[in-house]
Amino acid sequence: MDVLNEALLWLNDPLNWTGPNGVVALAGAHLRVSFLAVLLAAVVALPLGVWLGHRGRGAVLGVLVANTTRALPTLALLTLLAASGLFGNTATVLACAVFAVPPLLSGAVTGLAEVDADVRDAARGVGMSPTRRLWVVELPLAVPQIAAGLRTGAVQVLATVPLAALVGGTSLGSIVVTGFGLQRYGQVVAGGLLVAALCLAVEGLLALAQRAVTPAGLRALARSERPGARARRSPVPVDAAAAAGSNGPRP
Amino acid sequence: MHRAADPPPNPWFSWTYLERNGEDVARALEQHVSLTLQAIAIAIVVAVPLGALAHLRPRLAGPVLGTTGVLYTIPSLALFAVLAPYTGIGRVTVLIGLVLYALLVLVRGVLVGLRGVDPAVRDAARGMGYGRARMLWTVELPQALPTVVSAVRLATVTTVALVTVGVVVGFGGLGQLMFRGFRSNYHAEIMTATVLCLVLALVLDLLVALAGRVLTPWSRDARVLSGAAA
Repeated sequence: MDVLNEALLWLNDPLNWTGPNGVVALAGAHLRVSFLAVLLAAVVALPLGVWLGHRGRGAVLGVLVANTTRALPTLALLTLLAASGLFGNTATVLACAVFAVPPLLSGAVTGLAEVDADVRDAARGVGMSPTRRLWVVELPLAVPQIAAGLRTGAVQVLATVPLAALVGGTSLGSIVVTGFGLQRYGQVVAGGLLVAALCLAVEGLLALAQRAVTPAGLRALARSERPGARARRSPVPVDAAAAAGSNGPRP
Repeated sequence: MHRAADPPPNPWFSWTYLERNGEDVARALEQHVSLTLQAIAIAIVVAVPLGALAHLRPRLAGPVLGTTGVLYTIPSLALFAVLAPYTGIGRVTVLIGLVLYALLVLVRGVLVGLRGVDPAVRDAARGMGYGRARMLWTVELPQALPTVVSAVRLATVTTVALVTVGVVVGFGGLGQLMFRGFRSNYHAEIMTATVLCLVLALVLDLLVALAGRVLTPWSRDARVLSGAAA
């Protein structure tokens, strides 16, 4: 409780909020670095993912890339970049962008690859050119998945940026790392709470944004499917068998 | 003058580093492995009953999944920061953090696996007079095993990477080496720790996958059958 009191005291001190190393400035730096990292990752991953998903291959590649980077510790990449001369926020942006690529890539690939083949056929049938099909039919249908990937990537970056404080980056994580260094645990807890609050707030906002960009038709579909899935539990095997008999995806 | 013109070599890969500091590296590796295994073991023991409970009482599933989702959003550094003053600077703090994160992946995996059991199989078991508990233990859990195993693989790989963050409380396993290498600008130390981390994740992933295959001998037959049918 003592530590929690110290944390509250720290958070209540206006001097900790203003100035070049205040909470406001650090939160701004945190958001700026995260935004740049996500932007960089999106510029690389989205066109590649759309292309791979549109061609209908690369799903395996996406999963493979995602799994490999998951095993690479953030700290390793940060220290590697920092030790090779890229100090501070450049290293942070680059390292975080690397970790944001997999969710963005897999979101785009699976989103486009999972567009119903019948819909694709219909679009071709009404005489749409390949480019038009991609822009008017496939991309809108893939938006929920792409947005989900973007959200996962962004939240992951926000959570990774604080670690960069260990190698000299400035973010809300600096409060925690400085606190550990000075053995002021009230400050450590306060920093931890601030970082967690920022992540949860951004996650909530992005969830709303994801809902907003999902085409209305898809939203209605998702709503009708979710409760229905439970109610239709028992007859499902019959349905599945029928589907497999006529035009199911699996032979 | 001489030093400025000819800086000492600072290679990324150095065998002599490993030879001279083998003991040090082995200690860090041992700490890393033991933290990972302990965390995964505890997480499995907690996650399976929790997932099963959420499956048996569907009303609990929403809150359980929601809480896990929110907790997963909290950055590891923040979690360690909030835990450290209470659980002390050291091993316990890192272990609690690792167990929490692994737990979230595992509970989800168990629940998804149990829900994915073919309703026909469940109906057949009910028809044969299986009670709820017996059905869970002898029918549903074995059926859910492949999903659970893939969740364990995911949790293991992420835990290996996450242990390094424990460096903030002084128990980061190989992360300790990375950070020290960064502090003293010693490239070989960072690179050795990174490579060992990746190799460790790969090896543990393979071991869990193998264990999964041993535990589910029927899935191999099923794959052969479906392959033959296709």
